[in-house]
Amino acid sequence: MSQDTHQNELNENTPNSRRDFLRVGLALGLGAAAGGAAILTGYKEETAKTKMFTNDGHTVALNEEHLNELQQDEPLSLNELQRRGRNGIKGKRWVMVIDLSKCRNARQCMSACQAAHHLKPEQHHINVYRMQDSENTAPYFQPKPCMHCDNPPCTKVCPVDATFKREDGIVLIDNERCIGCRICVAACPYSARVFNWSEPKKIDGDDEKVYDVELNVPQKKGTITKCLFSADRLRIGLLPYCASACPNGVYWFGDENEDAVTNGTSKETIRFTELLRDNAGYTLMPELGTKPRVYYLPAKNRLFPFEFNGKTNLDEEDAPHLFHS
Amino acid sequence: MSKVTLSHEEGKQVLNKLKEDLFRPLKNHKGFQLWALFLALMLMLFAYAYFIQLRDGLGVTAMRDYVSWGAYIANFVFFIAVALIGMLISAVLGLLNIEWIKPISRIAEIIAVSMAAVAGLVIVFDMGRPDRLHHVFLYGRFQSPIFWDVTVVTTYTAISALLLLIPMIPDAAIMKNSLTGLPKWQMKIYELLSLNFKGTKEQYQLLHKGMRILLITIIPVAFAIHTVTSWLFASSLRYGWDSSVFGPYFVSGAFVAGSAAVIIAMYFFRKNYGLKDYLTDFHFDKMNRLLVLTSLVYLYFNINEFLVPGYKMKTGDAIHLAQLFTGHFGIMFWLVQIFGLILPILLLLFKEMRKPLPSMLIAIFVLLGAWFKRYLIVIPTQLHPHLPIQNVPEEFTTYIPTGVEIFVILGPMILALIIGTILAKIFPIMPIWEVAESKGVSIETINKEFESEKK
Repeated sequence: MSQDTHQNELNENTPNSRRDFLRVGLALGLGAAAGGAAILTGYKEETAKTKMFTNDGHTVALNEEHLNELQQDEPLSLNELQRRGRNGIKGKRWVMVIDLSKCRNARQCMSACQAAHHLKPEQHHINVYRMQDSENTAPYFQPKPCMHCDNPPCTKVCPVDATFKREDGIVLIDNERCIGCRICVAACPYSARVFNWSEPKKIDGDDEKVYDVELNVPQKKGTITKCLFSADRLRIGLLPYCASACPNGVYWFGDENEDAVTNGTSKETIRFTELLRDNAGYTLMPELGTKPRVYYLPAKNRLFPFEFNGKTNLDEEDAPHLFHS
Repeated sequence: MSKVTLSHEEGKQVLNKLKEDLFRPLKNHKGFQLWALFLALMLMLFAYAYFIQLRDGLGVTAMRDYVSWGAYIANFVFFIAVALIGMLISAVLGLLNIEWIKPISRIAEIIAVSMAAVAGLVIVFDMGRPDRLHHVFLYGRFQSPIFWDVTVVTTYTAISALLLLIPMIPDAAIMKNSLTGLPKWQMKIYELLSLNFKGTKEQYQLLHKGMRILLITIIPVAFAIHTVTSWLFASSLRYGWDSSVFGPYFVSGAFVAGSAAVIIAMYFFRKNYGLKDYLTDFHFDKMNRLLVLTSLVYLYFNINEFLVPGYKMKTGDAIHLAQLFTGHFGIMFWLVQIFGLILPILLLLFKEMRKPLPSMLIAIFVLLGAWFKRYLIVIPTQLHPHLPIQNVPEEFTTYIPTGVEIFVILGPMILALIIGTILAKIFPIMPIWEVAESKGVSIETINKEFESEKK
């Protein structure tokens, strides 16, 4: 993992051939790749790497196999997408660490996520909450994606196996199968699930697109949608949309099996267990037994003071529990 | 009731009067067309509302990501609840050989069949993708409470239908022989249902044995159906639902709703079908005593459900209870508890109140209360999830059913009334042979009915 990162960092400023530049430019289209390939590991033994130059001036190394995937003219068939979407990415156990001391409610995570998954403004795969635990404790911002629980209450109750847990730890929703009963919404204690109550937001070309369960696009009326840990990005070796978009270094993302997480902003890669140990990492509502794969670092030594709409404390609407003794 | 066997002549008289009284409504009777027209109109309104929902999505309701189960689910619980009365009356009281249920049992079974059959549809109306209903059978997962619910609802509907049809066999044989002037298809139905019943000893034995098996089977099935329904909620981790008494709480509440529904139906049939001689003050008295008993049990579970968390006041429970007792749902909560439960119990302690008219009025309050009680079980909990509701439009933080939604709620009631109306129109509302028997008519006299050829 770290070896790979170093290579990326080394390549960062190396000029690249014009041919490579064009290929990458065509293939990626967007300059979103950045240094996200740091987490692209596990493939390196088998295939050769190609260095690619992204639109925003970074170099990344992708292996040929994935380059082909990017360059494919023919998109994968629905069956193929569904099959690989259910299997997950071999050998991985994805984890996220959210550092609350760094969050200042910039909401770049929310908007990047909504853009990627064609969501309406009120549909949040990731939401940033204003939190306060008790009267005398300080308020803080808390981004909340799906916890991708290892004991997920949502997949347990699904009557048709439309929502499922993959071997790489991700909980996905198959909107080709979902019947829209919403018992998963009732079951989820983290309010992580969103429903397409009416015709979803369609972006040009969505109607012709083959449904990709790892991106959950195109969205479908009458079905559930939720945070996917950006399974589509992980497949091509990039960090999740939210993590890459954060300007403040809130998100760490990586593979528990490798014990490494990469920061979405700084691209620094460090040991997952050390990060949790040194910063008193915790999970949300562990008493519910859901075993989240999303960890939090406490909001201590905050980089930014809490402020929302000019207020530095929470009112009853945001924190009703503080007002019912 | 006395068990004196009447002579053949006396018995024949009783039987003939019984037939006359019970067959009269099967022919045209006053007001039926108007009622049918009303039902058809309401059904069309419902169909239109549901069409809008299909076209535009569930967004036409007031449901949103937080209150994602709304009044449809409350309605579903209500339907299942009322349906349970079939089991209580036919099976529990029937197996105890309680005589006064004889003229009531078929009314209870008709209610059970029509409510249970429609309950399944209510769930379909709540689905985001009803076009994928077959997925439940293609990909059904045994671990899901919804899967259990589908299984038991179907089973209960099937057994209830059998419990309606099997005691109908001798009646069908009587109707086949003595009814005239009815359409051919209707006579054909009687002939098919009579299964060539002639009143032989073996046939009676089979009939009683079959009934007994069904009556015993339906008890666990009925408990399962409503317990599983309660588990749709209790299996979640939410405050207000995460309760271990939800099973018995729901089952006991179901008997309250069902008893009230039976009392209302009894009053209607007594008036409209002219059955004062069969559905007497005595029967109303008994049914109302049953209502008081079930209400007391339900009150006991209510006390458990609110007092225990109220004593501890865990953060989430405290918010839930505050919302119910003094908050947003306070008025509805106390109206339901007082007018739907406590006052009926107190009033029905007086003999005068157990007379047909007053008890029917009380039963209407109980039934309305029962519907809103389910609303209060389903909705408030979802308005205070573990994590705050933030960064969503105002409409996500409240829930008031829309017009379309109200018609899709009324639709199933109309459907159930249509099924009930049809059943009560082509079948006698009481089992003729059983009522005759309990009035002291001898088996031999009744058996004559099966032999006599049409004149």
